[in-house]
Amino acid sequence: MSESDGKKGQSSRVAMPEQDPKIRARNFLEVPTGYTVKMAQEEASRCLQCKKPGCVEGCPVGVDIPGFIDLIAHGDFTGAIRNLWKKNALPAVCGRVCPQESQCEGKCIVGKKGQPVAIGNLERFCADYEREHGQGELPPKAGPTGKRVAVVGSGPSGLTVAGDLIVKGHDVTIFEAFHKPGGVLVYGIPEFRLPKAIVAQEVNFLERLGVKIECNAVVGRTVSLDELFEQGYDAIYVGVGAGLPKFMNIPGENLVGILSANEYLTRANLMKAYKYPEVDTPIPRGKNVVVLGAGNVAMDSARTAMRLGAETVKIVYRRSREEMPARHAEIHHAEEEGIELCLLTNPTRYLGDANGRLTGMECLRMELGEPDSSGRRRPVAVKGSEFEIACDLCIVAVGSGANPLLTSETPDMKLNKWGNVVADERNGKTSKKAVWAGGDIVTGAATVILAMGAGRAAANSMHDYLTLGW
Amino acid sequence: MFTIVKREEMSQGTVILNEIEAPLIARKAKPGQFVILKANEDGERIPLTMADTNPEKGTITIIYMVVGKSTALFRDLKVGEGYQDVIGPLGKPTHLEKVGKVVCVGGGTGVAVLHPITRGLKEVGNHVTCIIGARNKGLLILEEQMKAASHELKVCTDDGSYGHHGFVTEVLREVLKAGDIKLAVAIGPVPMMKAVSAITKEFNVETLVSLNPIMVDGTGMCGGCRVTVGGETKFACVDGPEFDGHKVDYDELILRLRAYQEDERSSHNHYCNLRDAK
Ligand SMILES: Cc1cc2nc3c(=O)[nH]c(=O)nc-3n(C[C@H](O)[C@H](O)[C@H](O)COP(=O)(O)OP(=O)(O)OC[C@H]3O[C@@H](n4cnc5c(N)ncnc54)[C@H](O)[C@@H]3O)c2cc1C
Ligand SMILES: Cc1cc2nc3c(=O)[nH]c(=O)nc-3n(C[C@H](O)[C@H](O)[C@H](O)COP(=O)(O)OP(=O)(O)OC[C@H]3O[C@@H](n4cnc5c(N)ncnc54)[C@H](O)[C@@H]3O)c2cc1C
Ligand code: SF4
Ligand code: SF4
Ligand code: FES
Repeated sequence: MSESDGKKGQSSRVAMPEQDPKIRARNFLEVPTGYTVKMAQEEASRCLQCKKPGCVEGCPVGVDIPGFIDLIAHGDFTGAIRNLWKKNALPAVCGRVCPQESQCEGKCIVGKKGQPVAIGNLERFCADYEREHGQGELPPKAGPTGKRVAVVGSGPSGLTVAGDLIVKGHDVTIFEAFHKPGGVLVYGIPEFRLPKAIVAQEVNFLERLGVKIECNAVVGRTVSLDELFEQGYDAIYVGVGAGLPKFMNIPGENLVGILSANEYLTRANLMKAYKYPEVDTPIPRGKNVVVLGAGNVAMDSARTAMRLGAETVKIVYRRSREEMPARHAEIHHAEEEGIELCLLTNPTRYLGDANGRLTGMECLRMELGEPDSSGRRRPVAVKGSEFEIACDLCIVAVGSGANPLLTSETPDMKLNKWGNVVADERNGKTSKKAVWAGGDIVTGAATVILAMGAGRAAANSMHDYLTLGW
Repeated sequence: MFTIVKREEMSQGTVILNEIEAPLIARKAKPGQFVILKANEDGERIPLTMADTNPEKGTITIIYMVVGKSTALFRDLKVGEGYQDVIGPLGKPTHLEKVGKVVCVGGGTGVAVLHPITRGLKEVGNHVTCIIGARNKGLLILEEQMKAASHELKVCTDDGSYGHHGFVTEVLREVLKAGDIKLAVAIGPVPMMKAVSAITKEFNVETLVSLNPIMVDGTGMCGGCRVTVGGETKFACVDGPEFDGHKVDYDELILRLRAYQEDERSSHNHYCNLRDAK
């Protein structure tokens, strides 16, 4: 904890207590355990209450950061959560998973000299406090407009649209392909980083507001967008995420023991396979595990493998530490838990035994060359540097693309060359009348807060359409 | 919940038929498509092909072999009870077209999958010969229905207890020799589909097979169902489940189907012990 010297902005940041790495590396309980009231108020007092706050500019949805922090400092936690809700429907989630270092906290003035104000931790504190102490009071709802809205996909962007439109008086139904709502928040991000009870409570909140949720509805298969219009829906939001796993396309990829991160994490999180055989879905438990990629998805996969009893877990990434796209906290947590980073390393083929099971992979060492189109230095293979890594489980987390299931059944909705839906950046309008889209299906795999921001913009535009016209 | 309205045991209780209320799916399903079912909160997502649908009544029919823990759990569901989740229709429907003479080959519960396809091929005007097989007479399923769905039905048993004594492949060779077959459809255990495809290849007859890799979501988001067809990786749940039988890497599919063998054996035993203890 900090040694506060009483001067605003100078003291060091109040650390959030965490489970010990040795213990948590083998359990699925949440890693950071949350601020106490005292810690939250102490951290809140570090904020300088800037007149022109950089932090707000850094937040994609423009949360009134000094405002809610000031309310915490004064002990008005109910006021603080009300303030947060104005811009952010899921503060319990964002406080935990936003890449704060490149958003709000990255622009905090206090961070110029020391450590920035822990905005994410404080946001999480407010949401958790409300969950534990609040009355579960519902926001006021406008009178019924008689308009019906279908929301396809129940990830953060779909949930945001549903929440915004229901309070504006529209009749909202969410259609979700999986048997449980929440999108990546339930099938992707693990329990130890985002407890599923939190997501369930957010979903329950929407249901109490009157949002209907139809699970097991694969739009494009069970029902099409045009059929939804025929059934009397006046407007549709498409928030189906980036659900198409990418593979490396190198020899041996179909050996037993090579899984996409989507499959591995879905088994672990949505199907709760970490409790197998108490539940029915199995998950491969590797002894020596390799994870390919270095984003949040890779960190989550690696840390899950460790918790499932792996002896060694290696992250294999072709660029260097600077380019790793994961949140800093995740990389730090992963290393603390004993996960090894094999940087500047690129696999070239998988090796297997006579039973078609993975036994290892051949890799090349890389060095950084000239910057590429992404502005990052391009990794170039070092000739003759081939070496082997032994492993019995490999999780491929090198990105995901647009799943064509719905879009291929909706020919009149324009796509870009990668198969993402083309939507107006300002309001989410697609080329198909009365259809909006946002989140990962439009931007490609991005972040929770961007998906929610897109949802909010679309909801405003949908409300205009439903009350004024297209 | 998706309620079971009819239940039958076939093949000496090793194969079960369920007719299930699922009106949205029944309205949309076409031959060759499948559903994913989950019995309860902690259940596994299990893919099964629709053997029949009744859009008016709003029901679908599945016929499945009891092989492991999840199908054992399904077997214990009675009429009036049901599945917590049923998702579909999934996969591409069979391309039904008039080509002339067609032969349909089914083995084991593959016959159930073959039934709506056979009927569909006949309905669009093909002349359909059907060959179905089982280890013995008692394990044979849907004989009457297949007879009605085709023009000619040939039955084989491995032990000779009924029909032709021997494998479906032997009868198939005779049918192909008689000539003029334009299309073969083979659905059953992977080794059977492999053997059938090898024979039809000799006769240069286009062949469709329906693959059954391990699946999770059934919507193309996990890649667990990947199969190699013509040297390319395909996701069976969205690109299939039917593929050109001459291009499928069957040996890889066989190995991939064994991915969870050890786990499954222990899970099944665990379930049977719990159930028997009650
Ligand atoms: C493992 C993992 C870790 C991540 N970690 C972070 C993090 O720490 N911080 C962060 O900001 N971001 C993180 N992300 C990214 C973030 O989760 C996504 O950007 C965000 O969830 C996108 O939201 P969405 O609403 O667009 O889509 P999703 O959350 O993907 O939700 C889409 C929903 O639509 C459903 N659907 C798909 N097709 C259909 C259909 N045809 N019919 C009906 N329903 C359909 C899907 O089942 C899913 O439930 C992570 C992603 C993953 C996979
Ligand atoms: C698209 C599709 C359609 C199918 N249609 C039918 C059908 O109409 N009727 C029917 O009886 N079965 C069908 N199957 C197979 C069925 O899904 C499996 O038999 C079932 O998943 C086994 O589950 P279990 O838990 O009872 O057995 P498990 O304990 O999972 O497995 C028992 C044994 O079966 C093998 N196995 C596991 N998964 C499969 C699989 N997907 N296919 C074949 N063997 C497997 C295992 O290797 C193991 O040896 C279909 C599969 C697919 C992918
Ligand atoms: S929503 Fe995310 S970026 Fe915005 S203030 Fe909260 S944690 Fe920071
Ligand atoms: S920039 Fe930092 S110090 Fe300034 S208002 Fe924002 S959080 Fe407070
Ligand atoms: S079952 Fe997941 S992609 Fe086919």
